[in-house]
Amino acid sequence: MDDMPAYSLRTRIAEGRDHRVVKDKLLSILVIVFSAITIFPIVLIIGKLISKGYKQINLDFFIKKAPDTYEAMTALNAGEIIPGGILNGITGTLLMVLMAALIAIPLGLLIGIFLYEHGSKKYAGLIRDISDILQGVPSIVLGLIAYFWVVKNITHGFSALAGSTALAIMMLPLIIRSTEETLKMIPDSIKEAGFALGVPYHKIILRVLIPTGFSGLLAGILLAISRIIGETAPLMLTALGSMEVNFNIQKPTSAVPLLIWEFYNDPNMVDLIWSSSLFLMALVLILNIVTKSIRSKK
Amino acid sequence: MFKSEKITKIILYASSALIVLVSAGIVLSLMNGSIPAFKEFGLKFIISNDWNPTEGKENYGALPFIAGTVITSFIAIIICLPLAFSTSLFIGEYYRGTRLAGIVGTMVDMLAGIPSIVYGLWGFYVLRPLIVDLGLSAQGYGIFTAGIILAIMIIPYATSISTEIIMMVSSELKEGAYSLGATRKDVIFSVIIPNARSGIFTSYILAFGRALGETMAVTMLIGNTNLIPRGFFDTGNTMASVIANQFGEADGLKLSALITIGLLLFVITGIINGIGKLIIKRM
Repeated sequence: MDDMPAYSLRTRIAEGRDHRVVKDKLLSILVIVFSAITIFPIVLIIGKLISKGYKQINLDFFIKKAPDTYEAMTALNAGEIIPGGILNGITGTLLMVLMAALIAIPLGLLIGIFLYEHGSKKYAGLIRDISDILQGVPSIVLGLIAYFWVVKNITHGFSALAGSTALAIMMLPLIIRSTEETLKMIPDSIKEAGFALGVPYHKIILRVLIPTGFSGLLAGILLAISRIIGETAPLMLTALGSMEVNFNIQKPTSAVPLLIWEFYNDPNMVDLIWSSSLFLMALVLILNIVTKSIRSKK
Repeated sequence: MFKSEKITKIILYASSALIVLVSAGIVLSLMNGSIPAFKEFGLKFIISNDWNPTEGKENYGALPFIAGTVITSFIAIIICLPLAFSTSLFIGEYYRGTRLAGIVGTMVDMLAGIPSIVYGLWGFYVLRPLIVDLGLSAQGYGIFTAGIILAIMIIPYATSISTEIIMMVSSELKEGAYSLGATRKDVIFSVIIPNARSGIFTSYILAFGRALGETMAVTMLIGNTNLIPRGFFDTGNTMASVIANQFGEADGLKLSALITIGLLLFVITGIINGIGKLIIKRM
């Protein structure tokens, strides 16, 4: 009789522990299941791109410009693969990304160095905030801006320059951020040793800061390029697209994402979307892998 | 030697001033471009839901697009929340430091690298047919489809910061809780979440800001109708998608109306990101 309450208490404790263990298990299962769901789309997307896109990838794909609707239709009706490639898109993307990089890299490095140097001042805080705001601006808005500044006032028509302007504004805050973060990791003593030797400041930047932080800076730049290389919306308002290979920065120019958009809207060419997307995705992935390997080497 | 010192300083200051100029220029250009529409419609531009480009009866109200933007982004963040939070726990707590966590982290990062247009294609050819097959809507377009794609797109942004914050929670606190007999679930809910709360919240705010401005994928999936969506599977338009859709044929008042939408989008994303930044600074 006496040990009944004790017995039931013990069971209750045991049951309570069971409940807690069960709940704990449930949560960990939930976390694993949800994490699996989270990474599932990337597997599906890449799988889809590869399985539908590889057939179109051949030498022509890289060295011929995009076909017109008629050529594509003829091939479709004959049951052949669509002729031509995306050369005009590849050259356009190269041209515009290169130009955007030429604008954004020097400026981004300088502003990054400025922030590193004047880190705690109020004005530097303002610059940092502005840079963060700029990073949050939707790319389509930057397309509108480049349209006004360049298409309307400089090239008087859609142009590669306008596209590059939009892309450069997108790149800028990314490079500023990565430059400041990279330089912060460099030990002050290296810099101070330079000062102690009487080295002028611009030489400290060029001979000490940039070489020491080179891999970090490069990683930041590559990551910024990988973020803009697939941009479509701002280019629709600025570079417009072109069926020809174009290197004139004042003329409408194509880009790989713009070609994907054109293929998507043309029932005859729709087969080309997967190979072009696969190519674009491969570019982004390669840039990301290179970035990661540079960062992990340090 | 003194001179070169000065020049270096001037160059650094000048380049920092340039980014101020660019940002001010963005705001001024958008304001300048929106003057005609603002003069014509005033505040009615924001509260009117009639978007009619027919000549003679031209009227532009942005409410359907503001509503579409906010609703799709909310759908996205609600879907994203449990997924991103679980993934943060997976990487930052359960499998912290393991190879598996590294792989999952890399794959989540890869999501951020996929171009918007590729998400759009995948949504159009894979997700949309699925929605049709499930009988959720006849064509598969709409705010729900766009919301799902947006959710996938913002997962990496929501995950990365909250993972970092979760990993920053002091292990002494966690060990203290374990030593009192707490299970992992208890530690997560009583130690990690209370300590990392504001950081986790911020990462969702920033992800929400991302969703607001996404263009291509949404344009390809939302159905592009100029009406306020009334149901979960209705079609609609977001501020970004209406600009992308209608910019090509726009001039005069319509162009100005689209720019005003751009300005509104700029302001809204600016406010959301500002709030996010403020919370981070306070931490």
